[in-house]
Amino acid sequence: MNLLTQPVGVSHYLVVGAVLFVCGVVCMATKRNALGVLMGIELVLNGANLNFIAFGSHVLNRAGARTLGLDGQLIALFVIVLAAAEAAIALAITLNYYNNQATVDVDHADELRG
Amino acid sequence: MHSPIIWHSFFFLLFSILACAFAVAVVVTTNIVRMAFFLVVSLGSTAGLFFLAGADMVGAMQLMIYVGGTLVLLIFGVMLTAQQPFVSMHTPSGEWILAAIVGGSLLAVLLQVAWSVDAWTQGPPLPEAAYTREGTQGNASEALAHDPRFAPSQTATQLGFGLLGERVDQLSVKDPESRAGMSGYLLPFEIVSVHLLVVLVGAAYLARARYRASE
Repeated sequence: MNLLTQPVGVSHYLVVGAVLFVCGVVCMATKRNALGVLMGIELVLNGANLNFIAFGSHVLNRAGARTLGLDGQLIALFVIVLAAAEAAIALAITLNYYNNQATVDVDHADELRG
Repeated sequence: MHSPIIWHSFFFLLFSILACAFAVAVVVTTNIVRMAFFLVVSLGSTAGLFFLAGADMVGAMQLMIYVGGTLVLLIFGVMLTAQQPFVSMHTPSGEWILAAIVGGSLLAVLLQVAWSVDAWTQGPPLPEAAYTREGTQGNASEALAHDPRFAPSQTATQLGFGLLGERVDQLSVKDPESRAGMSGYLLPFEIVSVHLLVVLVGAAYLARARYRASE
């Protein structure tokens, strides 16, 4: 199986998306820095976006196959915009947390009651 | 059989290796500043993968909004909070092992699913003329010009109409019942724009400097 001489299909994109997704999940689970957790979320959203694009692509699917079509790209655009919004609000919360507690360690965030 | 290198597959391999390697680097490194840089490279390579899948508009948006906007925001956050104890924070190895087990099993499931459907494992085959020997070089390049992998894709107009509520990409569908389910994305577009405005105002409110509290 030579990757260079065979045409790329949806599965190849799904594999890359799965790797990005799992990296994001592990990043979210292990990082103690709140911004590191945020970067894990970005990776997860990108992995999902890659799957949407692959399912909607006319380049990767055989002619006549039923695909998501343009819906995949539109959903990916919405995900990108929502990720920007989520990053802005999470960064504001992190900065607020840093100003109040003088730390960005999420392990100490259980003091944030009330 | 004479099988030429498909440059589409070559660039897919290049960008996917870059994206995956730097995503793994984000997880492995403990330095938050390096994590931010590795994330920039990983998301930039993902934009390359979008271009290769024929999604030129989404790829450009990925570069402009994600790499140009969201990550600059993240890097500002890193710079504002990068005091010495927070630059590299170590995780206990027990948590690493637990996360590796969970992540590994999740990856195994996802990979199995990705290769389980026969229609997905191979892309559309190259046109026959691409496999012929030299001498019919003109025919081969002509055949390849009609291949979707090498033809320019222009999705910006269709996406714009889709966001305005018109699906110009589905005009060939005549069945009125099918067409009813293919309405555009005008309402989600409006909702997401108002949502973005509210979120940005809220973020500015949350992150504002509070001199009274510090006095």
